[in-house]
Amino acid sequence: MAGRNRLPRGGRVDRSKPVSIAFNGRTLTGFAGDTVGSLLIAHDIHFVGRSFKYHRPRGFLSHGSDEPNALLSVDRGPGKIDPNNRATVAEAREGLVTHSQNHWPSLEFDIGAINDVLSPVFVAGFYYKTFMWPRRFWDSVYEPKIRAAAGLGRAPSEPDADRYANRHAHCDVLVVGAGPAGLAVALAASQTGKRVILADEQAEMGGTLLHDRTSIIDGKPAQDWVAEALAELRVRGNVTLLPRTTAFGYYNHNHIALAERITDHLADAPAHLPRERLWQVRAAEVVLATGAHERPLVFADNDRPGILLAESVRAFINRYAVAPGRRIVFVTNGASAYAAALDATDAGLDVTLVDIRPESDCGPEPAALRAKGVTALTGHTVLAATGTRRVTGLAVAPVSPEGKIGARKILAADCVGMSGGWTPSVHLFSQSRGKLRFDPALDAFVPDQPVQATRSAGAANGRYNLAEILAEGFAAGSAAAGDGATRTFAATPTPTGFLPVRVLPTDADPARIKAFIDFQNDVTAKDIHLAVREGFESVEHVKRYTTTGMATDQGKSSNMNALGLVAGILDKPLPAVGTTTFRPPYTPVTFGTLIGPSRGPLFDPARKTPIHGWAEEQGAHFEDVGLWKRAWYFPRGDEDMREAVARECAAVREHVGIFDASTLGKIEVVGPDAAEFMNRIYINGWLKLEPGRCRYGLMLKEDGYILDDGVVARLAPDRFHVTTTTGGAPRVLAHMEDYLQTEWPELDVFLTSTTEQFAVIAVQGPKARDLIAPLVTGIDLANDAFPHMAVRTGFVCGVPTRLFRVSFTGELGFEINVPADYGRAVWEAIFARGAAFGLTPYGTETMHVLRAERGFVIIGQETDGTVTPDDLGLGGMIAKAKPDFVGKRSLARPDLVAPGRKQLVGILADDPTLLLDEGAQIVADRDQPIPIHALGHVTSSYWSPACDRSIALALVEGGRERIGSEVYVTTPSSFTKATVTAPSFFDAEGKRVHA
Amino acid sequence: MLEIAKEAARAAALNPDAATPAITPLPPATRFALRMRPETATEIGSVAGFQLDLPINRASLGPRLAARLGPNEWLLIAEDGETEAIEAEIASALGERFHALVDISHRNVGLSVRGAQAADMLNAGCPLDLSAAAFPSGFATRTLLGKAEIVLIREDDAPTYRVECWRSFGPYVHGYLLEAARDFDGG
Repeated sequence: MAGRNRLPRGGRVDRSKPVSIAFNGRTLTGFAGDTVGSLLIAHDIHFVGRSFKYHRPRGFLSHGSDEPNALLSVDRGPGKIDPNNRATVAEAREGLVTHSQNHWPSLEFDIGAINDVLSPVFVAGFYYKTFMWPRRFWDSVYEPKIRAAAGLGRAPSEPDADRYANRHAHCDVLVVGAGPAGLAVALAASQTGKRVILADEQAEMGGTLLHDRTSIIDGKPAQDWVAEALAELRVRGNVTLLPRTTAFGYYNHNHIALAERITDHLADAPAHLPRERLWQVRAAEVVLATGAHERPLVFADNDRPGILLAESVRAFINRYAVAPGRRIVFVTNGASAYAAALDATDAGLDVTLVDIRPESDCGPEPAALRAKGVTALTGHTVLAATGTRRVTGLAVAPVSPEGKIGARKILAADCVGMSGGWTPSVHLFSQSRGKLRFDPALDAFVPDQPVQATRSAGAANGRYNLAEILAEGFAAGSAAAGDGATRTFAATPTPTGFLPVRVLPTDADPARIKAFIDFQNDVTAKDIHLAVREGFESVEHVKRYTTTGMATDQGKSSNMNALGLVAGILDKPLPAVGTTTFRPPYTPVTFGTLIGPSRGPLFDPARKTPIHGWAEEQGAHFEDVGLWKRAWYFPRGDEDMREAVARECAAVREHVGIFDASTLGKIEVVGPDAAEFMNRIYINGWLKLEPGRCRYGLMLKEDGYILDDGVVARLAPDRFHVTTTTGGAPRVLAHMEDYLQTEWPELDVFLTSTTEQFAVIAVQGPKARDLIAPLVTGIDLANDAFPHMAVRTGFVCGVPTRLFRVSFTGELGFEINVPADYGRAVWEAIFARGAAFGLTPYGTETMHVLRAERGFVIIGQETDGTVTPDDLGLGGMIAKAKPDFVGKRSLARPDLVAPGRKQLVGILADDPTLLLDEGAQIVADRDQPIPIHALGHVTSSYWSPACDRSIALALVEGGRERIGSEVYVTTPSSFTKATVTAPSFFDAEGKRVHA
Repeated sequence: MLEIAKEAARAAALNPDAATPAITPLPPATRFALRMRPETATEIGSVAGFQLDLPINRASLGPRLAARLGPNEWLLIAEDGETEAIEAEIASALGERFHALVDISHRNVGLSVRGAQAADMLNAGCPLDLSAAAFPSGFATRTLLGKAEIVLIREDDAPTYRVECWRSFGPYVHGYLLEAARDFDGG
């Protein structure tokens, strides 16, 4: 049973393909081609939801994407539930499960409907006025309650089971909207051979012509003309047709975002297809043929289910072959609704028409309608709608041109089609930053000068007559394609007479009625009056105070009524009140579409070293360092982190450890001026560093603060191998390139990132040399021949290597650089030899502890962008004789040389078992009055196996002078006493590295 | 030619078996970043079989591929195992002329993307116009695929594209392309 309101013939639904959907548990049948909305209407269901604020019964207002009321939760299976689907957009397909929203316990009996009775309390600005006191209630009571009551629909709780795609595309002409204007644009633009993309939000292209039974274009019925135009476009290889695709964002440089809905309408979607695809189109030219939105009329209780826009009544009858009611009253202030009335009459429905305009202003349309036997009351106003869950009638009365209201009478109705005129859809044009111009004849804002390569055509441009729309579209399309072709179209004239009306004249007390302006946000004419009365005169303020136009429908139906009302109250011309700025998205877009494939493993690149797989197999725990995954520690058995780290630390100090240092940034600095370049970038000197030797380097930003550090090897007079911190690698390369290209272009130097060319295996500990010796060829490892801070090239396991003798642990150490693909094999070869040496793999945590025991800093831990070399006790590294280096002059700034700067020190808690918190504040006297002056903070804190106690590094005001003094360090509950020490806790003279 | 990797086995960053008809991880290759002043390139024309005097964003194709990625920057790609030979050839050809030659054979990984849908697959994450008119065979550029930097080279009219990226970005780039290929039923 396809519904009792299904008309016996006509429409574009496929009666041979029945589909069943569920609505609030009822199974309902319709046809392929139905929207959920048209299917519900076929079953005479109008009451489909409760409104946002007052929980009033609501039905359909429109038949398209501007629908503010009929928002349903749609369930397409596990993980595929989403709220706030417009029933007039969602296509009906077999098995779709839908539910109404914003009510409890049921749609029919809703506790929240009490809000409608309490509405005198819930005026505009209610929150601001009501929840002022007591102040402390805001956080604990008011805000949580308001948040719980706010929002529409339920967010899904399951992860989204669908996949989403992204596609970048380029074209010469992007056409938005495939109504009569858009089709003409595409026909004209594509005949030049240029690449054309035509996107339309609906399932079928054709726009308003899809529900036009009577217009003739070039001698053909309008719908035949659409079919032929589409057939022609389909065979043109340079045209991409994107139905079900909404252009929702218009960004700079004609970058347009489109959301294509691919599988929601398919009952059995192929598994490989994404649900939706985000198209990011870069178009040389854009033609906006986005049509116009019909305005509601503003009268008491104009939101009752069964009251629709007039053109939507027409669309439901003509396109979907459903009767929104059997007894329809049209109310209008313009000519377009007469077409709807005629179509409804031809469909055999009982029709009455009420026109606000006096008969003398009406043109020939009333007579044409009366000739069909329809009552047309001109010069009448609507005072109110009757009925609650469904409109039962309209109270109408004659109104004189002076506004005098005559005797009221009730017109019985089960459906009302209202038309308050038309608003060009200028959303995308406005997003493109194009300026709008107010056209008083149209009572609307229309596109004025574009800012980008943008054109508007058809109703979006304020053109409402079909022949003109087609001609304008064609001309815009050929112009956009760089061709001057024009042509005329023969088309049935479109009646376009119209008299702007803000709020329909009434004899009721305006303070006692609800005449809705914004249906989705429940804003009434009364609210607008109140806002203006309270001093909000700018439309941007009125909008924010009342929330009119701020719902997800972006005020498509309400915007001009609100603006016009504000202008009327202020007695200003409408352009003086201005219009609000439209922002993306044009209609709501799913998070999935915005995210596309960037989820799970594709959320971010997970950078893994060549040795990662080995560490994984050994059960390592990993930590994120930027995008890198680094082995954090290698627990054995049921060790926790502290136990594992203690064991790893001891192994390195006593035997030997192996560590994956591949993530260290590496930059090859090559050229005859390489040493001079290094001299200018780093604070220390490089000219005298001999090939084969390494040096620890520190670099500053222009402001004199430390940017990065690392060991640098000089491989040849003109070649340096620079290492940087893991996280700093891109930043350092960019910093170097910046100076090389903009400040010192005269230097003959080139920089190349080699971070990923090498796997770096650090072998550290007293037995390191013995462990690797048999594997190394071509390098004399003897202490004299290969001292600490030297570099050699040779082979390890037959693989070419750059072997560094360096240490970040304080032990004898080597860092073996091998081409990345050999990293794992070399690592495993070393590891295989390791058992006899007590070789232990260690992770970043152990590395941190070992370096802290020696007092080596970590950039980003001991530094925070405000730390100078002297603050770290590294002022001695500065090559005083150098004429300049980056940051040199800043180091002389008064505050950088002032006494009392925070300096790196060690902190030992009096309780050796207490691990201080990193970030804990340090004070001199815990009994000072609050606020206590903080001397500094803990930057690193660890359990030190070598010291058998906790250790910490800290930045403390005048720290070096405080060595030996007592301080207090904050703990989660109080303070603890500690002593300031030198920032080194083990092998302070650094002898072990020379072993 | 020195002995290389007698004892240590080589492990590629991308699994060569994870190939689809459209998307194939490429075998190891010899790669260099070659930098020199533009006038040097104009003067010498080509070196070691790599043509250098190309417009920016063009590549000379073949077993010794040179892609000019900037005014003073070339990515050289040759068969695996040619590192020392090419280094020697370039050193002798360029002599004292200022240049920087850095071995990046292991820094990069390569993927081949080919077939009628190749451009659409790449355009899932690459914002460039990859039409035959805008990016024909012999074009090469540094660009983005999703959140990863890549070098994209169009090698022929099939079309076949070579995608080069840094080693640790390889699995992401490969995964991104395979995900994009699902739109075409796996490609």
